Amino acid sequence: MRFVFKTSYDADIRMFKHQSQAFWYVLLLVVALALPFLIDDYLIGEATLVLIWAICGMGLMILVGQSGQVSLGHAAFMAVGAYSNVIYQTQLGIPFILSFPLSGLTAGVAGAIIAMPTTKLHGIYLAIATLAISVLAEDLIVILEPITGGVGGIFAPDIQLFGFQFSRYGHPNELYWLVLAVTLIVLYLYRNIIRSPIGRAFSAVRDSEVSAKAMGVNVARTKMIAFAISCFITGLGGALMGHFATVFTNETFNIIISIQLLLMIVVGGLGSIHGAFFGAVIIGLLPLVIAFARDGVAQMLGVGSITIPGLETAIFGGLLVIFILFEPLGIYGRWIKIRTYFSLFPFYRRDMFRRQKSYLKTERTR
Amino acid sequence: MSLLELKNVTVRFGGLVAVNDVSFNVEEGEVFALVGPNGAGKSTVFNLISRFYAPAGGDILFEGKSILGTAPHDIPGLGIARTFQNIELFEHSSVLQNLLVGRHTHCRSSFLSDMIFTPFVRDQERHHREAVEHVIEFLDLQPYRDKLIAGLPYGVRKVVEMGRALAIQPKLLLLDEPASGLSVEETQDVAFWIEDIKKVMGITVLMVEHDMHLVSSVSDRVLALADGKMLAIGSPKEVQSDPAVIEAYIGADDLVEQEEAAL
Repeated sequence: MRFVFKTSYDADIRMFKHQSQAFWYVLLLVVALALPFLIDDYLIGEATLVLIWAICGMGLMILVGQSGQVSLGHAAFMAVGAYSNVIYQTQLGIPFILSFPLSGLTAGVAGAIIAMPTTKLHGIYLAIATLAISVLAEDLIVILEPITGGVGGIFAPDIQLFGFQFSRYGHPNELYWLVLAVTLIVLYLYRNIIRSPIGRAFSAVRDSEVSAKAMGVNVARTKMIAFAISCFITGLGGALMGHFATVFTNETFNIIISIQLLLMIVVGGLGSIHGAFFGAVIIGLLPLVIAFARDGVAQMLGVGSITIPGLETAIFGGLLVIFILFEPLGIYGRWIKIRTYFSLFPFYRRDMFRRQKSYLKTERTR
Repeated sequence: MSLLELKNVTVRFGGLVAVNDVSFNVEEGEVFALVGPNGAGKSTVFNLISRFYAPAGGDILFEGKSILGTAPHDIPGLGIARTFQNIELFEHSSVLQNLLVGRHTHCRSSFLSDMIFTPFVRDQERHHREAVEHVIEFLDLQPYRDKLIAGLPYGVRKVVEMGRALAIQPKLLLLDEPASGLSVEETQDVAFWIEDIKKVMGITVLMVEHDMHLVSSVSDRVLALADGKMLAIGSPKEVQSDPAVIEAYIGADDLVEQEEAAL
């Protein structure tokens, strides 16, 4: 068991709680940076996809995990990011280095505008409203055919940056590093949000709106900011997804993607950055694992290729049910429990993480 | 000039008159208690002052200025902090973070500078953490600083709520039943803290409380309400011996006699 002795206020503000924590994250970063030398191009493509999911997941996590607003329409903001990024590049001739942040801003502004009416809603009503946005966005892409390419789709050019090329098939390693860099930037912004007043305002709004108001938090404004930041990040993820997919249509960012995003952060663990990454790994690598397993089974049985339509969705749905039933805190919650088990061994108690429901208990130990 | 002034304030919920023509002044530096049976309108008065409800008539003045045009989230900025009867803490945050939310009105950074975490934001964070540390020290919350609210016992939550309101560094502190559900020792602690809040911190306290023992030991003046109407105002002793108050709490003598006669 480790005790961190805090001797300054910076101890609570710092990125890492203690040196060994910093060590592990730096090690993880080194592994991530070296990944292209360790695995082949196909798997690097999958790793890139996982990181893009993680970016989008972090975007949604700020909204759902931090500020407690549900959104079932975040694929729409991915679409805004992806389309605006490509349109800025191909039709307005803006280079990627500007079009990329601009696409995020476009999605952020779109989010803020949509937040104005929708944040007055709570829970299931907000979910329905955002679901409607997802549906609307898909139709809007078709209607705006002259600029979006409609059903035919739109082609994302290779990224040119500082004389380097980034593309999924031609230069997969470069694209991976670019996505990793964006992931790190978003991660840094997310960490800053959590440790600053705006992050505390988010969690205040999430846990008790009435008391947030009594503490001087402008609830409506805070919700709008949460939407804007969330959509900004999701838009960036969407723009990268556009480049990753190379060609995308109105179908690329459909409602299923919205729901998948939400499931991803729930399975990963709501309210934590780790959760977004764990969820992204699950969602990104599950198809891969299923494909491997399917081929293995087919070989074992000596039959040709097996195709079961909807298998992925079914397995993902099953996973979700299992998590909601047995581990509502998601993978990250389970990880915390395992860690606590080992750090406190043999004093871990099963009910350690159980929420205390008896509010009238008045034992106060000093 | 009084710190807080309620002038003929009336609140109606549909046909029900929850607060009927109530006027009182809270002077700077005093502990003012609202007492009364359930449904007397005490909490409604609190919700009026924190602008969660709008009065149907009358005016509320803070430092001589009407606060009826102020939005609820701007009330703490004026220097009015409050606690809630049924604890309203931020469950999934630590005690420290809960108290830091209390500093929100003093935060001058925008969300953009927060995201980039500029040196200004860092300095501001240090400053607020220091301010919060004083509150933790004052309320003996050190053992719970980094604990999540969700796992804390009721008594501690109650104290954290008071701490969060104190972190605002208000001029007027509204305590909604600070001792409800607390043990005798804990109530004693609350009494000491209220005394210190008044004398050491120089904060005016307006509180709703049912525990008459606590009320009479800490408050300078007491206002008794019943059915939204003012019954009596004065020192704790005067109010407790006021016939109208006794009638509201225990029932009228002649009524009891009538019932006895009927039997």
